[in-house]
Amino acid sequence: MIDVRGVHRRFGARAALDGIDAQVHERECIAVVGPSGCGKSTLLRCINALEPLDAGAIDVAGFSLRPDGAAPPATLRALRESVGMVFQELHLFAHLTALGNVALAPRVVMRRPRAEAEARARELLERVGLQDRASAYPHQLSGGQKQRVAIARALAMPLRVLLLDEPTSSLDPDLREEVRSVLRVLARESALTMILVTHEQRLATELADRVWVMKAGRIVAQGPPREVLTSGP
Amino acid sequence: MRLLASALAALAWMAVASGAWADTLSDVRARGEIVWGGDLQGGEPYVFEDPRDPSRLQGFEVDIANALAGRMGILRARFHQVEWSNLVPALERGDFDVALNGLEDTPARRARLRLSRPYFVYREVLAVRRGSPYRTLEDLRGRRVGTLNQSYALDLLRARPLEAVLYEGQQEPYFDLQQGRVDAVLLDHLVADRYGCPLRDLECLPGDVARGVYIVGMRPGDATLAAAVDDALEKLVAEGELRRILSAWHLWDDGQAAIASVSPPSPAYAETIRPRIDRAQVVLFLEGAAVTVAISLASFAIAMPLGLLLAAVRVTAGPLGRTLAATYVEVLRGTPVLLQLYLLYFGLAPVLKLGAMTAATLGLGLNYAAYEAEVYRGALLAVPRGQTEAAASLGLSERQALRHVMLPQAMRSALPAVTNDLVSLLKDSSLVSVLTVVELTKRMTIAAVEVRSWLGPGLLCAALYFAMSFPLSRLSRRLEARLSP
Repeated sequence: MIDVRGVHRRFGARAALDGIDAQVHERECIAVVGPSGCGKSTLLRCINALEPLDAGAIDVAGFSLRPDGAAPPATLRALRESVGMVFQELHLFAHLTALGNVALAPRVVMRRPRAEAEARARELLERVGLQDRASAYPHQLSGGQKQRVAIARALAMPLRVLLLDEPTSSLDPDLREEVRSVLRVLARESALTMILVTHEQRLATELADRVWVMKAGRIVAQGPPREVLTSGP
Repeated sequence: MRLLASALAALAWMAVASGAWADTLSDVRARGEIVWGGDLQGGEPYVFEDPRDPSRLQGFEVDIANALAGRMGILRARFHQVEWSNLVPALERGDFDVALNGLEDTPARRARLRLSRPYFVYREVLAVRRGSPYRTLEDLRGRRVGTLNQSYALDLLRARPLEAVLYEGQQEPYFDLQQGRVDAVLLDHLVADRYGCPLRDLECLPGDVARGVYIVGMRPGDATLAAAVDDALEKLVAEGELRRILSAWHLWDDGQAAIASVSPPSPAYAETIRPRIDRAQVVLFLEGAAVTVAISLASFAIAMPLGLLLAAVRVTAGPLGRTLAATYVEVLRGTPVLLQLYLLYFGLAPVLKLGAMTAATLGLGLNYAAYEAEVYRGALLAVPRGQTEAAASLGLSERQALRHVMLPQAMRSALPAVTNDLVSLLKDSSLVSVLTVVELTKRMTIAAVEVRSWLGPGLLCAALYFAMSFPLSRLSRRLEARLSP
């Protein structure tokens, strides 16, 4: 489903990704761990085509990303219908309600009628336990609620791949569980292929089939969570 | 306390110095200088700057003023520049000793001023386009006829069922007549002979609409000064000096012989009632305010979408679009809106004949679009980058992201600044009076001269502007409060 081969990405003199080779199988869930600045977020952004490649190649959900120039807009749009991303900072649309946030892309990108898009958005909000917060604006929601809206917003597209950047790191420990339980259901019951960047060992252990340990732009270890995570610090 | 005392002393000094109670003639003699008021914009042949040496003045009235000073035994005559339509109020204020600049002898002026004997006989000349069906003022019923503000010709036009269009300069009415924006122009033959009749596509109709005389205007209290001026003028006529001056300027004609036979007008100001701001004036002011509102709203309806488009182009388009939009903004912001209005109305007329209201609305709209563009651009740039990235990650194209994510957020944060600009446009709309549009401020200046005071009309005008802009300011503040999280 995802094939990353020899990917390099530099920011000035610093190599954010310094030769990444990795594969993700269909319906697999990968947890990416490692110190801050090791390139975890950059890797996700490259897979979502938000960041160009300096070298190497990424094949994701049937699309090919190569270093030579940006992909045409139509390809990008098609890719993003299948590959969704939940940002660490969420970036919920401040001028839209929770429902509006979730329904926007189906309406605008998939050209679904408003009523249909909103009915589907309500279902998704219900799935993340927010059916009664549909008309709230982002600034009226708690951190955990915002995180769940962001997940629902990504799921509104017919995704095959979901990329999650630190879905629990900004939350108080007692709020993490509400997000964790949503992700748990997603990982087990949906057909999604997932890559999850996280600092939280517990989350990685619970959800991931495999863990990649990154350091200075490289994957330095990978394997099942129990093997990889117990050996680390 | 000391500050107050010196302020009072200054006021008292100004009151004395204003000449309201002083005897102007002895004052003039003591100074060795008589100061005469006029407007250089009146141009040839009245009083104008020497093209070879702009510090020197020329004109038949310059020669008359100098000759008058000579006959009165005063060392010199000094010119004082004043906008012509304010000639009388400025004289009343004491800005100068006499008004000497094509001031016509009219019943209204007799009621207000002390007038000298005449020094020139003028004819009111009607100019039309060549081949036009209009031959007399009576033919022009319901048509637009141009003239100068505060002129005797305006009094003649107002007495008839036609629309008088007011100009501030001599050239513009004839220009608009050529362009078909007015159907005739009624002005003194001095002006018509120089600015109108020589134009090939215009024709000055034979037969005078009216005849009248130019006089020297003085304050009602200056009886001794008036006697001295009349005495000097009589000498100029008797000695043939006036004829020499007028002949030198090619202004002498058979009509001027009447000067000698006309006796000084008898003052009439004691018996007449001073005009006041009455119900009719207030109605005119409200009409002016309606024009102001209409122009402001219509031009803002142009400025908002155009500004939005310019901002969107500057933020998202390629280099060419960006440069074009930036150039538009810089040029329109970097040149005076007054100049843009002139260019749009007078400059473009040979290729694009815009009506006064259209040109005014378009001019203000195009100008304000540049300012709105900057407001929106700032607001667009202030939308966090993450918002666009999230939109991109959901598959929205750049245009969709702009329309559904960036613009709605930018509009909200721009609203207070936009409302603020609307308030400012409301007041800037007074500039369009240069295009013969009579809006609120223009109405005020007309009324001010008619009722002999700037205070009443000024306060009424200010009150109306405030009544229009204050609700907008309140709205702006409410929006600001609602939009801040």
